[in-house]
Amino acid sequence: MSQINRLSGGQVNADQPLKFKFDGKSFTGQQGDTLASALLANGVRLMGRSFKYHRPRGVLTAGSEEPNALVELRDDARQEPNTRATTVELFDGLTAKSQNRLGPLQFDLLAINDRFSNFLTAGFYYKTFMWPAAFWEKIYEPIIRHAAGLGSLSLQEDPDVYDKGFLHCDLLIIGAGPAGLAAALTAGRSGAQVILADEDFRMGGRLNCETFALGDQSGADWADSVIAELASLPNVRVMPRTTIIGAFDHGIYGAVERISDHKLVPDAGKPRQILWRIYTKRTVLAAGAIERPIAFENNDRPGIMLASAIRTYANRFAVAADQRVAIFTNNDDGHRTAQDLYAKGVKISAVVDVRPDAPRSMDYEVLSGEVIDTKGRLGLTFAEVRLADGSLRTLECGALGVSGGWNPNVHMTCHQRGRPTWNDALAAFVPGGTLPQGMTVAGAANGDMTTTGALKTGAAAARAALKDLGLTAKTIKLPQAEDTPVAIKPFWYVAGCSRAWLDQQNDVTVKDVKLSHQEGFRSVEHLKRYTTLGMATDQGKTSNMGGLAIMAELAGKTIPDVGTTIFRPPYTPTSIGVLAGRHRGQEFHPKRLTPSHKWATEQGAVFVEVGNWLRAQWFPRAGETTWRESVDREVLATRKSVGVCDVTTLGKVDVQGTDAAAFLNKIYCNAFAKLDVGKTRYGLMLREDGIAKDDGTAARLAEDHFVVTTTTANALPVYRHMEFVRQCLLPDMDVQLISTTEAWAQYAIAGPNSRALLQKIVDPDTDISNAVFPFMACANITVCGGLRARLFRISFSGELAYEIAVPTAYGDAMIRKIMEVGAEFDVTAYGTEALGVMRIEKGHAAGNELNGTTTAQNLGMGRMVSKTKDSIGSKLSEREGLNAAGDLRQVGIRPVNPADPVPAGAHLMNADGPVDAAHDQGYVTSACFSPNLGHAIALGFLKDGDTRLGEVMRLVSPLNGFATTVEIVSAHFIDPEGERLRA
Amino acid sequence: MHNLKSITALGGTESRIDAFTHITIAENDGVALASVAARLGKEKKCHTILKKLLGAVPEAGRAQLHDPEAGFWMGPDQWMIGAPRATHELLADDLKGRFGDTASVTEQTGAWVCFDITGPAMPDFCERLCAVPIRQMVAGDARRTVIHHLGCFVIRRETDDHIRILGARASTQTLHHALIITAKAMA
Amino acid sequence: MIINHPLLGPRDSAEFTYLGDAKLIDRPDATSENAAQEFYEYAYLRDNPAGWHEELWFHEAGDRSWLVVTRNTLTHEISKVELARDVARSRGRSK
Repeated sequence: MSQINRLSGGQVNADQPLKFKFDGKSFTGQQGDTLASALLANGVRLMGRSFKYHRPRGVLTAGSEEPNALVELRDDARQEPNTRATTVELFDGLTAKSQNRLGPLQFDLLAINDRFSNFLTAGFYYKTFMWPAAFWEKIYEPIIRHAAGLGSLSLQEDPDVYDKGFLHCDLLIIGAGPAGLAAALTAGRSGAQVILADEDFRMGGRLNCETFALGDQSGADWADSVIAELASLPNVRVMPRTTIIGAFDHGIYGAVERISDHKLVPDAGKPRQILWRIYTKRTVLAAGAIERPIAFENNDRPGIMLASAIRTYANRFAVAADQRVAIFTNNDDGHRTAQDLYAKGVKISAVVDVRPDAPRSMDYEVLSGEVIDTKGRLGLTFAEVRLADGSLRTLECGALGVSGGWNPNVHMTCHQRGRPTWNDALAAFVPGGTLPQGMTVAGAANGDMTTTGALKTGAAAARAALKDLGLTAKTIKLPQAEDTPVAIKPFWYVAGCSRAWLDQQNDVTVKDVKLSHQEGFRSVEHLKRYTTLGMATDQGKTSNMGGLAIMAELAGKTIPDVGTTIFRPPYTPTSIGVLAGRHRGQEFHPKRLTPSHKWATEQGAVFVEVGNWLRAQWFPRAGETTWRESVDREVLATRKSVGVCDVTTLGKVDVQGTDAAAFLNKIYCNAFAKLDVGKTRYGLMLREDGIAKDDGTAARLAEDHFVVTTTTANALPVYRHMEFVRQCLLPDMDVQLISTTEAWAQYAIAGPNSRALLQKIVDPDTDISNAVFPFMACANITVCGGLRARLFRISFSGELAYEIAVPTAYGDAMIRKIMEVGAEFDVTAYGTEALGVMRIEKGHAAGNELNGTTTAQNLGMGRMVSKTKDSIGSKLSEREGLNAAGDLRQVGIRPVNPADPVPAGAHLMNADGPVDAAHDQGYVTSACFSPNLGHAIALGFLKDGDTRLGEVMRLVSPLNGFATTVEIVSAHFIDPEGERLRA
Repeated sequence: MHNLKSITALGGTESRIDAFTHITIAENDGVALASVAARLGKEKKCHTILKKLLGAVPEAGRAQLHDPEAGFWMGPDQWMIGAPRATHELLADDLKGRFGDTASVTEQTGAWVCFDITGPAMPDFCERLCAVPIRQMVAGDARRTVIHHLGCFVIRRETDDHIRILGARASTQTLHHALIITAKAMA
Repeated sequence: MIINHPLLGPRDSAEFTYLGDAKLIDRPDATSENAAQEFYEYAYLRDNPAGWHEELWFHEAGDRSWLVVTRNTLTHEISKVELARDVARSRGRSK
């Protein structure tokens, strides 16, 4: 099919034909077309089916406010549903499909819904799918899910990448129409840092769509020359194809720049879109205005469009919406469309104006009257007109341009809950209330509807913003332009109409609004939610006003009394992909690698995510077929001889200053003031409410220098808490904090041969014998011939053990050295699983026990809470409720039958009596198989547990029907006297 | 002299360089770092020593680009001091000697990875990476910021097209990945 | 939001971690006769005003300062930003 509706001129390039496909059929458009304009050029009016009734639909607008012409763009993994054909920039090879049809677009099987429209009115879902209740899950929901929604997802991963970025400027100008361009020129020539953003691929706004002259140039040419000048200024960033999606607090704006959407596939390495976060000091909103339709019977047929859209297609895209065009208007602007199209040789069937005093024309017929109905199954063929004298007239037309007046585009002014105010002269809402900080509104967006008004207010807004910022604004010479006020008679819908569409995307009619009023929905917010008016992806940019006007009339109120619903970000639908940016898949969050990572990878270690850290979980060896085999081996080898584990991930905070000891006394519930230099102590940190927060060790390296460790998961919150105590509670303490977690590579070396192994690493001048370097000792030492290191004699496993730290860059060499010199002891690397097994065997509490609900008493450390000093949490841990009889105490648990498991999460019940929550005695927190004992063991909390050792209880997990018999034992399964770690 | 060989943050024996058309990303393994925090009540003495060391006391948000020791402000009364590793392997000990009881000194060399970014596309590159207002920053401006969810320092160096980024060493691979994909998107 | 850091100037609130009511600075004296009650109120009772509120924010991705930010919870307007350490001292906290 050739481009039967293509005119000449416009801002399209006839020398650059572009081939594309719609519903499998090939067409040709031109460079500069949108998909919508190219389809219209080819005589295609039918572009999709409506949401509820599956009525044939075409394009209503020529911009991003489009409710109707939504298509599935591209194929396969790049398929993108609900894409507005009016904003899709045509490219060679484009493919698109119509949506929401069962069968071909012309014979949609679900069009049957239109026949049942009486049932599908407002509140249909609420009323219809109530009973029988059992039908919901099996029958109603699947059917609705199948029928609902418009486009479909490819269900494949998006192959493109999306970026994020950050921009800073003095003045952000939203919209590059006459007001925005005048503002940008003023601010740009004045030297301010300016960003000019426009969602369109061609900047200029309505200047591209009108035939007005600016000075001696066409509007489009003037816009071109201004944009060229702006692009040449180093202080101006011109951003076409960029939608400002939201105005956030304090001058922060979100913007989506479409880098590659106009290409078949993005260039190598280039993102599809970029989400910009713009920080601006001042903003000029020059977003223009949006024409609104008039509701009349069957006003949704393909070919019925906004009058301004028909004009845009003719002037900018050189496309006649049809060879025969009629206009229905309540204002002067509608007549402009007739004039422009007539001038291009398109036949004007008639202009129907609701005003008796409508301007007349020499060129075509102007009728006083109303359009009362239309005909044409898949596209408009006739419009029925009732003339002022009551007589009827049928107009033959393939396109009907409707103009109900213009609404200033107040969307962005509402993002901080600004409420628009009513303007009688325009019969429209204009920006009002509190605008986003630093924003002023210019041009049509503020109700200045003429080109001259837009130019002047745009320039003035920029000057005011610059003055506000203390910058000197240059005055620019603005071209002579059109300055004719537009007369309008408010007119929202044709009396007597019922199936007259307000919201074409959600299929909401005049009848629905009346019904909702009849059923008692009086608030505008209720109307919106009950009828779904304005709740579609277009947020009702073309439909809300009509609904409000009808509601006002029914309620006997004025439109401003009824009020408006509120626009919210994003301005237009925004893909989840661009919000995620590069942060997806493996890059969803950062990875932290331990100093031994490279070596562990070489060993074939299995890694586990611990927070952002990747830690070796176990080190499988040849022949081992299950993880348990590896873990059991690692545990046994460590307890038999010596094992090594990377413990760098524990948080480390350097605490220095003359008050360092006093500071630790405050943050730990146990005493630290008298800890000797060269000694380490276990410390328990409480929250102010007495619940355990974290635990670790503090090593005193000097009188005024401690190194504090935290658990891996809590490193950051504990550091933050310590800074809170330092800055907010104890501001005059001489104490300085800094994290050193990553500065040191730290290895635990555990087992009876750990000292013997270390002696091969530690330089000879350091004596690490038990007498000189006993349990809990610490020191700055040197290793391997002079490398600075720190040595701590601490033990998580319960064995004779040390932790040795070297500067991180040497961590890789250190693990290799440990493995090399430890070969004679059969040194074994162990991972987090073996670490966990050994700490459970020893009865050491960890994250499962310090779970945000447990106190020091629960953990069996009640006596550690010093009564002689005030520390965080000490006061509230004295509360009665935390010290009552029947309180939980940490215990060990073993199965009576050694073959039985003891699953974590299971609950303890008395040997006899009911099994229910009321009789719950406690629960298992940590469990594992102990290769040393040959059966499962566990730690848990039990009511009065410290007095119940030896008791046989039932352990149950009602969720999965598990039950077994267990014995309560000491939590210290291994070496309860602690002889090994002091050896 | 000890017999352990260090590796770079990216895991190599040599610093890695990735060169693109308009941007070069160079791992810099040669920086020794230590933090200095003034002791309460000893701030003036600490400042005097700092001034002697660097030529000036770096103000909030500023670095003193100086040889061989340089430094930037990290927080109230706290600075990061850097120097060539080749000559200052024991920087923290050296600084502790200079500052005595006027400041708390903590070794930081191993905690950070250092990347030098150079090339004409550096400002565009920076805008994609983080929220620092790179075009308003001048030589010696130093900001802590977030890159790819990672806390980093960005320091604008003397030459116009050069920034230095310090990031947490354990996350070097993630940071490097972020730098590389951004550079590719610029090319 | 933008928080105008007293030392560093305007910074994106995304760089900060929020804690809550700045009354947390006023930790009671553990030796007071009424300490149990005072600590209970300190730990659990907080105002949640629709309007002006003094809040603690931590400059986590910045200079690690705790700040007291006076913010209107309805409009997000910020009228004052101070270093929490200075505020604590002015409220009589020492060591």
